[in-house]
Amino acid sequence: MTSRARLFPSLRVLCAALALLFAAALVGTFPGRAEAQDISGALGQFTSNKYDDTEAALGALALSGSPAAAGIVSALADGRLVFGGLPPRVFIEGEGGALLDPLTMQPVADAPPVKPVRVNNRVRRAIEAANGALSLVSPDAGKRREAALAVGRSRDEAALPALDAALAKESDPQVKSAMNLARASILIGKEGISPAERIAAVELVGAEGNQDALAILRGVPDSAAPEVKQAAAQAIEGIERNLAMWGMAQNVWYGLSLGSVLLLAAIGLAITFGVMGVINMAHGEMVMLGAYTTFVVQEVIRTSYPGLFDASLLIAIPLAFLFTGLIGVIIERTVIRFLYGRALETLLATWGISLILQQAIRTIFGPTNREVGAPSWMSGSFEIGHLSITSGRLWIIVFALLVFFALLATLRLTRIGLEMRAVTQNRRMAASMGIRTNWVDAMTFGLGSGIAGMAGVALSQIDNVSPNLGQSYIIDSFLVVVFGGVGNLWGTLVGAMTLGVANKLLEPYAGAVLGKIALLVIVILFIQKRPRGLFALKGRSIEA
Amino acid sequence: MLNMFTHARRMAGRALVGAAALALAGGGVAGAQETIKVGVLHSLSGTMAISETTLKDTVLFMVQEQNAAGGVLGKKLEAVVVDPASNWPLFAEKARELIEKEKVAVVFGCWTSVSRKSVLPVFKELNSILFYPVQYEGEESERNVFYTGAAPNQQAIPAVDYLMENEDVERWVLAGTDYVYPRTTNKILEAYLKSKGVKEEDIMINYTPFGHSDWQTIVADIKKFGSAGKKTAVVSTINGDANVPFYKELGNQGIKATDIPVVAFSVGEEELAGIDTKPLLGHLAAWNYFQSVDVPENAAFIKKWQAYTKNDKRVTNDPMEATVIGFNMWVKAVEKAGTTDADAVIDALIGVTVPNLSGGFSAMMPNHHITKPVLIGEIKEDGQFDIVEQTPGLIVAEEWSPYLEGSKDLIADWRKPLNCGNFNVKTGKCGGAGQ
Repeated sequence: MTSRARLFPSLRVLCAALALLFAAALVGTFPGRAEAQDISGALGQFTSNKYDDTEAALGALALSGSPAAAGIVSALADGRLVFGGLPPRVFIEGEGGALLDPLTMQPVADAPPVKPVRVNNRVRRAIEAANGALSLVSPDAGKRREAALAVGRSRDEAALPALDAALAKESDPQVKSAMNLARASILIGKEGISPAERIAAVELVGAEGNQDALAILRGVPDSAAPEVKQAAAQAIEGIERNLAMWGMAQNVWYGLSLGSVLLLAAIGLAITFGVMGVINMAHGEMVMLGAYTTFVVQEVIRTSYPGLFDASLLIAIPLAFLFTGLIGVIIERTVIRFLYGRALETLLATWGISLILQQAIRTIFGPTNREVGAPSWMSGSFEIGHLSITSGRLWIIVFALLVFFALLATLRLTRIGLEMRAVTQNRRMAASMGIRTNWVDAMTFGLGSGIAGMAGVALSQIDNVSPNLGQSYIIDSFLVVVFGGVGNLWGTLVGAMTLGVANKLLEPYAGAVLGKIALLVIVILFIQKRPRGLFALKGRSIEA
Repeated sequence: MLNMFTHARRMAGRALVGAAALALAGGGVAGAQETIKVGVLHSLSGTMAISETTLKDTVLFMVQEQNAAGGVLGKKLEAVVVDPASNWPLFAEKARELIEKEKVAVVFGCWTSVSRKSVLPVFKELNSILFYPVQYEGEESERNVFYTGAAPNQQAIPAVDYLMENEDVERWVLAGTDYVYPRTTNKILEAYLKSKGVKEEDIMINYTPFGHSDWQTIVADIKKFGSAGKKTAVVSTINGDANVPFYKELGNQGIKATDIPVVAFSVGEEELAGIDTKPLLGHLAAWNYFQSVDVPENAAFIKKWQAYTKNDKRVTNDPMEATVIGFNMWVKAVEKAGTTDADAVIDALIGVTVPNLSGGFSAMMPNHHITKPVLIGEIKEDGQFDIVEQTPGLIVAEEWSPYLEGSKDLIADWRKPLNCGNFNVKTGKCGGAGQ
């Protein structure tokens, strides 16, 4: 591939630096020799503020062996490398905006107006490469390992001697295996090595068994010996088979995650529609109000108590419950209670309420999306085997189940729960037992709305917080409740999870659009067969 | 047949409007405080309110500015705002109301292609003028519509070129929302990529429903597609609301712009205002204007705009610039024609040149599209764009894409003698395919 050098310009930086490190390590002068080279030329290049020059300067820096290089590279990465003045000079922006001399890290006296050196994707890659090169001999094992991984990703032959030198000195087993892997990744594509060596490399890489390994193994040159090609093909086949299995597990995980979102969205509706029989088209707006509550809570925290940001969601959950619950009670008392038993009117009235709420939010907060941040414990992801799990999604599953079981417990174990069940089963009998059925109706509707509000807190993490948030969930929510069986909470749980997993298993084959259509058709057919859903209520209650 | 019919109707419409204009002119001399009405047809509620509300504000702002500068033809402008509520048939109704009842001289409006298609017959029948300010899929040129947004060759193709040249991308994911703009744009892009030697297996096309929020599978697929050892990029025509969860998922699954860059055609400053942009650092967008364009014209505009909205954080974006250009062009054409009569203004508009906000000039071409520079920007941490490339000159819109079978022989030229939006150069007849 002739365009290799052009393809990975940043790799030239990396390998040049590695070659130098290798030489330095051999002579034994690195990194003790301070002020090795004059880097003023490289610094001068930064001031032209052209991407090509910045990249070249990075290369020169990585080569220079100057102790200031690492600081300058990381300043560039953070946007703290600035330039200005006549003739233009480069500075590092320190704490509180003070300009420091990049070599001495001392504040400069006559600071001119400055602007940051611009960075684009190409420069960012060069920064990564330079950082990798500079930290292959870092005292920090974690950094060495990352550097080895960066070298492995770059797959550049010129890095080999430096890698070998670093390997010889390496004692940490984890770093060592990363370096070995990097070495093998390079050897696979290298010209003129013995088939045995190449096969060993193929095996080492193949043992990784992940997507990256596949990419490397596909890079076996055409000139390689047939036995090498065969080994690579075998390894690829093995990895693909293995990954296909993991892929299935991954899809199930995605399905559970989608199911938990559906569950959250539907669970409040399972109360207002499922238990009370109110066709509540304003349900989605309760979710939306919950999300906006989260936004308001975060705004207050940002302006007044920035230290509490990680707890913002925990604070928002009860507030959202109370706020949307209150709105729910108000709606029930002022509108819905006059419409019990008149399904069509309820549908129209709640639809109207949903439009009013949407427009109210649009007037107050504006039509554009509002930013709801993710607390640190909900960001990032981790891997189990080849299964990648994002923390945010995991927490949403946990939260959905917690809400579900809390609701179940409320209905089963508390007095208000008992009264709710009594009123739904036989209103007149309950009333004659001294239960204030009006009050119970209001509380039940409030509970359903409050739960929708709590769902909104969670959904604010994965969706837009905009006035339209609720609309996208209302149809799915009804689908889940009807599919699971009206009036049965367990049905809602199983229904949500079934629909979620089925959707995600269909999606890779049918695509997102067709998958959704297929699912709707399946549900329609299912409802034809079992009009009362998965878990139909039996006995007299269905007549009521 | 159909064409003849609409033509006849148009003629009748023209005659009617002409008569109405005469009547107005005759009786209007007495009322010195007469105003020229300007219609604003943007959704202020419903799904599209998120994008369109800003454009309504922009027209109101421009009207105020113009009135402060003395109005047009010695008369004040008066904006008439209606809310079509993101409801496509309602767009047609409201357009009719604006033209017939309010007697507006011009309408600024629409965002989605379906809303534009829905009002087209109304504008043809009543012979009025619509300025359409949003980038769209092309394949259209109408006598009554002036397109100030980008055609695909003014946005999508330069973006793909940039990725090929600067990021050496060899493998492409074309991801879009499932409706006409992404489908047509992707068809054009696919044909373009193939003409550049990209193989079938190196192109992955994916469509998602409106407002799609669960991107886990698709992002995982993109990651898988990107691990084939060739540099991969995503060309996103994903629409408005679905973008936030898409970018969040990219961040969650650890895909950085340095690995797989995403270039988007529907993500601007306004959309980014609702996202935590740190994980998006370096992802790209292609537009004809960015708020970060560093020229005095733009700085002055932003200052006035923020003063008008009384919000010093209020952002500007590309469709706003297109609205501003369209407004200024209309004012200039009315002054050139000396009347607000639709036929005169439609003829006067071709060739009108006004300054754009990126330091150059845009001209209205005979195909009713305007010339534009193309800018590629990388998302910065503050939700603004760092402009990494700008085309050296202006690009003329190809309203009929040369990469599509049905449209490569068509041209639009609304000057006499051609006076046709879909002239087929092969058959030499007006009314080729695509209509």
